[in-house]
Amino acid sequence: MIPSIKEMTGAEMVIQALKDHGVEHLFGYPGGAVLPIYDALFAAANELVHVLVRHEQGAVHAAEGYARSTGKCGVALVTSGPGATNAVTGLADALLDSIPIVVLSGQVATHLIGTDAFQECDTVGITRPCTKHNWLVKDIADLPRVLHEAFQIATTGRPGPVVIDIPKDIQFKKGFYVEPDSVSHRTYKPPFEADMDAISQAVALMAAAKKPIFYTGGGIINAGPAASEHLRELVELTGFPVTSTLMGLGAYPASGEKWLGMLGMHGTYEANNAMHDCDVMIGLGVRFDDRVTGRIDAFSPGSKKIHVDIDPSQINKNIRVDLPIIADAGQAIKAMIKVWKQKEYKADKKALAEWWGQIDRWRAKNCLAYKQNGHGIKPQYAIDRLYQLTKDRDTYITTEVGQHQMWAAQRYKFEQPNRWMTSGGLGTMGYGIPAALGVQLAHRDSLVIDIAGEGSVQMTLQEMSTAVQSNLPIKIFILNNKYLGMVRQWQQLMHGGRYSHSYCEAIPDFVKMAEAFGCVGIRCEKPEELDAAIQKMIDCPRPVLFDCVVDQMENCYPMIPSGAAHNEMILSDADEEATEVSDAGKMLV
Amino acid sequence: MNTSRIERHTFAILVDNEAGVLARIVGLFSGRGYNIESLTVAEIDPSQHTSRITIVTSGTPEILEQIRAQIGRVVPVHRVVDWTVDKPSIAREMALVKVAGTGEKRVEALRIADAFRARPVDTTHTSFVFEITGSPEKINQFVDLMQPLGLVEISRTGVAAISRGPDPM
Ligand SMILES: Cc1ncc(C[n+]2csc(CCOP(=O)(O)OP(=O)(O)O)c2C)c(N)n1
Ligand SMILES: [Mg+2]
Repeated sequence: MIPSIKEMTGAEMVIQALKDHGVEHLFGYPGGAVLPIYDALFAAANELVHVLVRHEQGAVHAAEGYARSTGKCGVALVTSGPGATNAVTGLADALLDSIPIVVLSGQVATHLIGTDAFQECDTVGITRPCTKHNWLVKDIADLPRVLHEAFQIATTGRPGPVVIDIPKDIQFKKGFYVEPDSVSHRTYKPPFEADMDAISQAVALMAAAKKPIFYTGGGIINAGPAASEHLRELVELTGFPVTSTLMGLGAYPASGEKWLGMLGMHGTYEANNAMHDCDVMIGLGVRFDDRVTGRIDAFSPGSKKIHVDIDPSQINKNIRVDLPIIADAGQAIKAMIKVWKQKEYKADKKALAEWWGQIDRWRAKNCLAYKQNGHGIKPQYAIDRLYQLTKDRDTYITTEVGQHQMWAAQRYKFEQPNRWMTSGGLGTMGYGIPAALGVQLAHRDSLVIDIAGEGSVQMTLQEMSTAVQSNLPIKIFILNNKYLGMVRQWQQLMHGGRYSHSYCEAIPDFVKMAEAFGCVGIRCEKPEELDAAIQKMIDCPRPVLFDCVVDQMENCYPMIPSGAAHNEMILSDADEEATEVSDAGKMLV
Repeated sequence: MNTSRIERHTFAILVDNEAGVLARIVGLFSGRGYNIESLTVAEIDPSQHTSRITIVTSGTPEILEQIRAQIGRVVPVHRVVDWTVDKPSIAREMALVKVAGTGEKRVEALRIADAFRARPVDTTHTSFVFEITGSPEKINQFVDLMQPLGLVEISRTGVAAISRGPDPM
């Protein structure tokens, strides 16, 4: 069949390509250099819902939240110059967390490029290191191909953000549009299926393991919901314990009996000790990030390491592994199940029972325990109550960055993938509100809550105005400790308690703020009033800013101080005095 | 804790000759803190719009493995070959070397150039420009010898490399 070829303007091609790639929603902010695209969008208003944000960073985070919660590609549209530079934080965020998004930016007309024209910046130059790929389209004949390649590259292999920079004259120019399947990329051929020999070796190692552990990550979420199903099956089949990175929460249910909780800097005592002492580690869609490994030379010293990842550059990057498998995590897990069944492997029952015995002794430390004493609300208590009151609902959680984020990761129990949106790699304060917008747009009837800090929330608070305009009833649950708490915690532990510029003397009255935005504001200061206040938030059909006033000096434990090993965790303030952070450790972020 | 020794490797990278492709490769090296000791690039197949980039770099074996994987991830890259480990290869570099002087030094410069098969491509009463081709080590040697004889300046192309035998990269 001859692909249908239609003549249209560049701007119309953009809209057509969005439709052809199944895009229904996008986030953006207009300006001179994207007016033709906005004009074409006006005509397509019935098919494409555009959410007008208040800052381009918000547009990109919203696209990320949308993508993370649906598995689809997120789309953002920004103007040239400041529009593009404002999008950079979101791009870097999506690159580190492997989130598929397509960002379209306007550019000055081709004949003005290089003249320091009004609102000109070198967008492809600036965004090159924070995208998976990017393009400046200088010829209308290239535009359809680039649009289709962009979606392919963003969504396949290891997903990531891409930018298409489109000069204004190209948006006006007429050309011939070709359909997506008439385009195939010359060099981009991402891996997918696992090598069966390597899988067989991996499964043999697993079957012989005495102290195995599944170390799972965001790659499983990115591999789609089926991958999480496969993981559950493989865990059942083998009986091995499972831990997960921050990005992988929900792939295995937190209620599952094989669940050890999250690992890493603020991971559980049992997860980190099991990682340290295991004899076979099965890494699935993970990247041995420094938050996960702690001190590299003390990382799980006695284990054979299997590493499944779709990105070959992650193999042996931070940690040398024994058996690399370059594949989609879901495909690899499926293949492991097949081989395990075919060869009729049985796990070493006796060894596993001993291993679980050891794990239970670690669990008995009850490392996430805290005391709800005094008159104020402990932040941990706030998360626990939020969880109890929302767990039976169709709930999605986003976060900002800081202590509240780690408490949320430790305590909110995720049963399903795609329910947890957080900025893991870049650690971007300000991510949570716009990400929640993206999630809510994709799931209109669901409960979408941003677990926030009073510091982070002020970075993108203006997006509450977007929530009102677009009727997105997101709930911002602020753990207000008046401190940049995570910074304060580090200053306490590593800088002699000198709280240099981490206290926020002036914080807006979030209840009045909510009212000013046209949202609903709720404040709660007493533990005994918390449940009713949370319930009021849940029942509210409008966007809510919830000011949950919590204990200011609470620290987030367990913690592996930087430069320490997995088995050198601090479990409480009492522990901390006995633990000296090395000078080398202080050097680390 | 990397105690492995530093090695020097030569990579050949076949890329689509699209705008910004060199910046992607160079940015990757600077962004991740890898060294570039020399770099050459030119289109090699105008009909296919492919270019070949040759990079000489150094690092521990672990870093060199990362460099190869990171280059492989760049979208317009067709192939990456590490000549130092993948197959036997030859590496050559060309340099233009300007030497100024008169009398005995001038005669000596010409004599050494002859021994190195360096050709004078520009001659005045007081200067020569020599063209020399060879391994980077040979060029280093030549430059060292020219130093006391009135060396003025050098322009080097960086290394081009290719495999031995009938097969392509
Ligand atoms: C954009 C940005 N700037 C700075 C930081 C460094 N940082 C990490 S956590 C944190 C404090 C966050 O404070 P808050 O949002 O109140 O959360 P808390 O730790 O108090 O729960 C800071 C400043 C960051 N992660 N992101
Ligand atoms: Mg705070």
